Amino acid sequence: MKKIEAIIKPFKLEEVKDALGEIGIEGMTVSEVKGFGRQKGHTEIYRGSEYTVDFLPKIKIEIVITDAQAEAAVATIVKAARTGKIGDGKVFVSTVEQAVRIRTEEKGESAV
Amino acid sequence: MKKFLFNLALIAFTLAGLTASPAQNAATTNAPAATTEVKPADPTDSQRITDIEQYFQNMGVGAAGDTKWASKIANVPGPGHNGWMMTSAALVLFMTLPGLFLFYGGLVRRKNILSVIAQCYGIAGLVTILWVVFGYSSVFSGSGAADTEDVIKGVVGSYSANGMLKGVDSAPNTNYAYWVSQNVFSMYQLMFAIITPALILGAIAERMKFAAILLFVALWMVVVYFPLAHMVWGINGAMNGVWNAKASIHAIDFAGGTVVHMSSGWSALILCLILGKRLGFGRENMAPHSMVLCAIGTGMLWVGWYGFNAGSAVAADGVAANAFMTTTIATAVASFVWPLIEWMVRGKPSVLGFCSGAVAGLVVVTPACGFINASGALVIGVAAGIIPWFFCYKIKSWFGYDDALDTFGVHAIGGTLGALLTGFLATPSVNSNLNTNLKDIVGKTLWLEQIKAIGVTLVLAVVGTVVIAYVVKLVLGGLRPVDEVERAGLDLAEHGEEGYHQA
Repeated sequence: MKKIEAIIKPFKLEEVKDALGEIGIEGMTVSEVKGFGRQKGHTEIYRGSEYTVDFLPKIKIEIVITDAQAEAAVATIVKAARTGKIGDGKVFVSTVEQAVRIRTEEKGESAV
Repeated sequence: MKKFLFNLALIAFTLAGLTASPAQNAATTNAPAATTEVKPADPTDSQRITDIEQYFQNMGVGAAGDTKWASKIANVPGPGHNGWMMTSAALVLFMTLPGLFLFYGGLVRRKNILSVIAQCYGIAGLVTILWVVFGYSSVFSGSGAADTEDVIKGVVGSYSANGMLKGVDSAPNTNYAYWVSQNVFSMYQLMFAIITPALILGAIAERMKFAAILLFVALWMVVVYFPLAHMVWGINGAMNGVWNAKASIHAIDFAGGTVVHMSSGWSALILCLILGKRLGFGRENMAPHSMVLCAIGTGMLWVGWYGFNAGSAVAADGVAANAFMTTTIATAVASFVWPLIEWMVRGKPSVLGFCSGAVAGLVVVTPACGFINASGALVIGVAAGIIPWFFCYKIKSWFGYDDALDTFGVHAIGGTLGALLTGFLATPSVNSNLNTNLKDIVGKTLWLEQIKAIGVTLVLAVVGTVVIAYVVKLVLGGLRPVDEVERAGLDLAEHGEEGYHQA
């Protein structure tokens, strides 16, 4: 089993979710995060005080899928999340040791 | 030990007010009249109509030329004037709760939002108690004739004459208004007494202990506010140029440029210098946590300020009407000019600019509103958008003091500017009361009297604050919370609550 973590621009979430659904991946966990890479932040000025805000809001998507689905999932996410501009994000793939469905106690690939 | 001393101070003040009253009663008991009184004749129909006309013009009853009569509507409040003043009092309270705490609250970080709210509510209750026990009496007791009642003549009024609001009932006190109940007048003025120290909170936000703030305010009211208000607005005040022919300084201040804004603003500067900067100031992000709340608070301040300014006419008359208009013009113009300058200087007009401009306009027009005309209001609006802006943007960063929410930049500078401009722009054409005692100086040397009043106010506020701050520091063992509390935020440590919970 593989875990895929994708950091994407927030407005791309719907597109990525729909694209994954089309290749049969229906479940995911989503969190609101902030971060930066090469994309610059912005400056806010309140009366005389200036503040530089480096962090940008991003969305992190986490999915755990079978080894067979992994390559297609990564390609789908990359295609759906791309805008071509700096700050599009990254996808990470790691190996998952075990997965358990809480309701039925199924283990392994039948749990994802 | 500190809590004990703090409580002792509060009890001492209360006892002072309570024990003063019986002494006063003993001194003024009169023996019953030996002769039978002749019941005065009813006024004629013509005299009664004259009385009604006087009510419309906000003037006194029972006399015309040399003829006097026992008016049927003497000692009775007039519905229109009284109704307006009750509304005004509510509007001014609305400025503090919630106007000011939203304005300031939105500008502080999330972790301190409740501390601002608690401080405003705390001040409201504390000042009310002081006002009732001896504050109102100290500011407004005495009459033009018997000014020997003052504790310090023309400066500090008697604490006991109206202590516990003795004698303050629904009949008008004609020293201050012919047609407004004295209890209404007292409550109206209470709202001013409440918001003035609350303004100071802006400079010391996020880094002063709650107990220290309350003790500071209690002492500051007695040492600075009550004497200053007595001098400027008390009937025998040493700086009451409009109504006191024997004033030492013939200055004018319609709704409180000196009494409210200069006093709180300059005190705020001193206190913020004594306190020192917030931890992380200049390095960490201290941006406002909610410009939305700030903007809401600003709107409430603007609307409430109509009670503050137009209500200072203490009547629903032409003077109030004029003040209503000038307040609107000055505020709207300043609110426009400030962000305009931002647009030119740094590329974007900000919401904080609109809010700051509006408040600056309100502050600068405060001492002037009942004495100037529409053109004067326009001048004030432009000046208010520029000069306080300069102090908030340039002067503050040049000197590096942590006036967190710009109380000094807006209220001290705005109040001083307003007091000065009033001296140049006041005209009897909108307020004939300027001709009562000031006919010779209005439009001529009034500005000099304003400068004297500015000087007295400045000295009193600065010296008073320095002394009180160090007294409080001594009694409570420090003004600031410990570093860990300041870092975590005042809300949890001082009030046991969080303003917002993460979902």
